[in-house]
Amino acid sequence: MKIGVLLKQVPDTETKIKIRADGKGVEEGEIKWVINPYDEYAVEEALRLKEKAGGEVVIVSAGPARATEAIRQALAMGADRGIRIDTTGIEQDPYTTAVMLAGAAKNESFEIIFAGKQAVDDDCAQVLIGVAEKLGWPHVTPVEKFALSGKTATLQRPVAGGTKEMIEADLPVVVGCEKGLNEPRYASLPGIMKAKSKPVAELKASELLGTERARINVTKYSLPPERRAGKIIPGEPEAAAAELVRLLREEAKVI
Amino acid sequence: MPSPSTIKGGSFLIEPTVSADVFIPEELSFEFKELGATAARFSTREVFSKAEAIETKEPGLMTSLLKAAGEQGLLMLEVPEAYGGLGLGKVASTVIAENITHQTSFSVAFMCHTGIGTLPVLYYGTDEQKKRYLPRLATGEMLAAYALTEANAGTDALAGKAKAVLSADKKHYILNGEKMFITNGGIADLITVFAKVDGEHFTAFLVERSFEGVSCGKEEDKLGLHGTSTVPIILNDAKIPVENVLGEVGRGHKIAFNVLNIGRWKLGAATVGGMKRLIELTAPYANQRYQFGRPISSFQLIRQKIAVSAVLTYLTESLVYRYAGALDGALSKIEKDSPDCAKCAVDAIEELAIEASIAKIFGSEALWQVSDEAVQIFGGYGFIRDYPVEHHYRDCRINRIFEGTNEINRLIITGTLVKRAMSGRIDMMTRLGEILSQLKAGFPEVDPSLSHAVWIDQVDRLKRLAVYLAGVAVQKYTTELERHQATLAVISDIIMDVYALESGLVRALKVRSPVFEAVAVYAIAERAPVLAQKARQALVNIAEGNEQALSPYLKALERIVKFVPANVDALLETVAARVLEREAYD
Ligand SMILES: Cc1cc2nc3c(=O)[nH]c(=O)nc-3n(C[C@H](O)[C@H](O)[C@H](O)COP(=O)(O)OP(=O)(O)OC[C@H]3O[C@@H](n4cnc5c(N)ncnc54)[C@H](O)[C@@H]3O)c2cc1C
Repeated sequence: MKIGVLLKQVPDTETKIKIRADGKGVEEGEIKWVINPYDEYAVEEALRLKEKAGGEVVIVSAGPARATEAIRQALAMGADRGIRIDTTGIEQDPYTTAVMLAGAAKNESFEIIFAGKQAVDDDCAQVLIGVAEKLGWPHVTPVEKFALSGKTATLQRPVAGGTKEMIEADLPVVVGCEKGLNEPRYASLPGIMKAKSKPVAELKASELLGTERARINVTKYSLPPERRAGKIIPGEPEAAAAELVRLLREEAKVI
Repeated sequence: MPSPSTIKGGSFLIEPTVSADVFIPEELSFEFKELGATAARFSTREVFSKAEAIETKEPGLMTSLLKAAGEQGLLMLEVPEAYGGLGLGKVASTVIAENITHQTSFSVAFMCHTGIGTLPVLYYGTDEQKKRYLPRLATGEMLAAYALTEANAGTDALAGKAKAVLSADKKHYILNGEKMFITNGGIADLITVFAKVDGEHFTAFLVERSFEGVSCGKEEDKLGLHGTSTVPIILNDAKIPVENVLGEVGRGHKIAFNVLNIGRWKLGAATVGGMKRLIELTAPYANQRYQFGRPISSFQLIRQKIAVSAVLTYLTESLVYRYAGALDGALSKIEKDSPDCAKCAVDAIEELAIEASIAKIFGSEALWQVSDEAVQIFGGYGFIRDYPVEHHYRDCRINRIFEGTNEINRLIITGTLVKRAMSGRIDMMTRLGEILSQLKAGFPEVDPSLSHAVWIDQVDRLKRLAVYLAGVAVQKYTTELERHQATLAVISDIIMDVYALESGLVRALKVRSPVFEAVAVYAIAERAPVLAQKARQALVNIAEGNEQALSPYLKALERIVKFVPANVDALLETVAARVLEREAYD
């Protein structure tokens, strides 16, 4: 089975983000880059499926040169090869990213694609849906349980209120992976050394995009306002509770 | 990746250093960094999370953790591919050593297995022995230990009484004796044991724990490292098959000492991780702990402790990677399948004996100082077991004792240098002659257009100081030199700091980072006057209070050393600001 995984390289969640002086982006100098955590679930699920059904796991990422490192990290986990769509000089938004990834996926004729349910940098959660749309496939997201029998996948999705939704989908399908789906393995030392010689092909963004252009225009980045210091209400529980209610009503105006 | 030329041990003192030959951590490949990331992940998630159970020696836990490390491939790094390993070198191994340090006891058990445990077979085993043991050591199926010390033979390891006698049928050696303080002794399956054949010929044996007559005694109750196994190994008519003699009968001392060379560098590499872990504790703590309405990290005395900790980490890191790069460079030139490949490897390791001892002393003393400052930064909480720095302070104390005490390693540094100089293996005498004539004619100047020319010059001056002082000591004490340990130790302190300071400066000049430059310059500015003073006192001692004898020494000293003022407070502030902002060393 030919299994595709969509993967994005994102800043480590502990990175202190600094906005560039021109406000058009973030300073990349000191960022530690990692595989988007949700994509790790995708890689793991793909590897597990391959271990059961055989075949090949192909990592596809659209990004600048550094994204190759994230691909190599996935190869070190056990994926077979990678494709990087070089986005240097391209205006990348969820739409163009989906167009490019779908273009690459089409060439590969995957039978199933796993992706993280969203990327933790921009949190758009649009790309996998866009890819499914462009491929004309169904998608299911966020998925917290996955099983495949023959050509039919059974997927579990959380729904508001704590209930679960069970979905059956015939292949091909795009699966958005949620935390809890599995426990991603980490690369072993031999895995890391082997990954060095696994192929990573490079595609040109312009060829996959044709005349398509970004639909989002970023005007400015800014950091969220700093959280204000909390307030500790001293005193006996009864008096403190009364004071808390007063503050919620009069100051915070939430009750 | 390893540097192109083969570096001669001790040559940094007498030949100009080629910057390209100095490997720095910034030159690590992506793959090697990933190896480190895997080690760090394993170390935090699988090991550190079980710290309490490790420290109370939960039965079976250390064994299962080492085996889990084996599953991740963490034990196979240096084992050649032909024997089921990855065949990677010392640079890769340094990356692992410093990243596996989140739980100190585990780190020591790990280093013991992969270092002094596995390396004897790796470097001295026959093909058959390697086939038998290396694949199992590489996966963790077998765990390893190294047993040299005896109750009455510690530093004087060759004085051991353990005895081996060939059995009548010549199939076994019968070993009797007791080894002491053996790390991993209680969990190891394979122990390299040293014993004297017929009470005379010092020999190494590969002893399986399951062999008849091999047992271990009670666990020692220790100051620190409560999680490691430290036991006596008891040999009571132990039957060791003759195939398990390692190397030649009577050549065991070569194995014992050369394996320790590797162990010493590895210990240095592990201390780098220890220091980084401490900074990861002290920097955030100093930022969060308020006194006088301000975080204590706003007080200069605390900032300087953090900065000095980072400086010591940087210097140790610079020198252990330099050593590893130099050794990999030498090892990469050895034909993998040539018959004396192992012998050449062993020679390459021996070549860098001085540097290995430097890594051991410098690292253990740096970590000791950093852990001491960590307790101080935590104040009263630093003294309390529930807080995370107290055990570091206890755990790191042993580093100055095992793998050769720091005293003996200091003697080894100068002793090796002098021995090699006498035999002409290293051309120190020519260099000394040059320095003596330059004392009159003047020393060559460092090209002033070079960046940090004055600091490059300072390092050059310290090199001259070491050679000069060694020359004076040899000339004065001749055959009595060995007895004058204090002078030998001063010389080795200068040699050691030269290696550290130069490694730090070369790295800063390669990377051109303002923080690195501040660190390197601070270190030189701080150390140079201290070393000059130590040398001055040594010269006074050598002159035995005789003013006439002293005066030419002091004149020479005044020419060799030069005081260069630097605002070290400002330099330390640059470092402190950076570390406190990131709340980490890296
Ligand atoms: C926790 C722990 C783990 C250990 N693990 C191992 C292990 O795995 N395998 C193993 O074989 N050993 C191991 N050892 C033993 C360790 O290597 C020795 O303790 C060490 O070599 C010192 O020997 P000693 O204790 O007999 O001290 P001594 O040799 O008695 O030394 C006492 C003091 O005298 C000084 N001294 C000795 N000789 C000289 C000299 N010529 N000149 C100047 N000063 C001198 C020493 O520096 C020291 O300060 C371990 C020890 C401990 C505590």
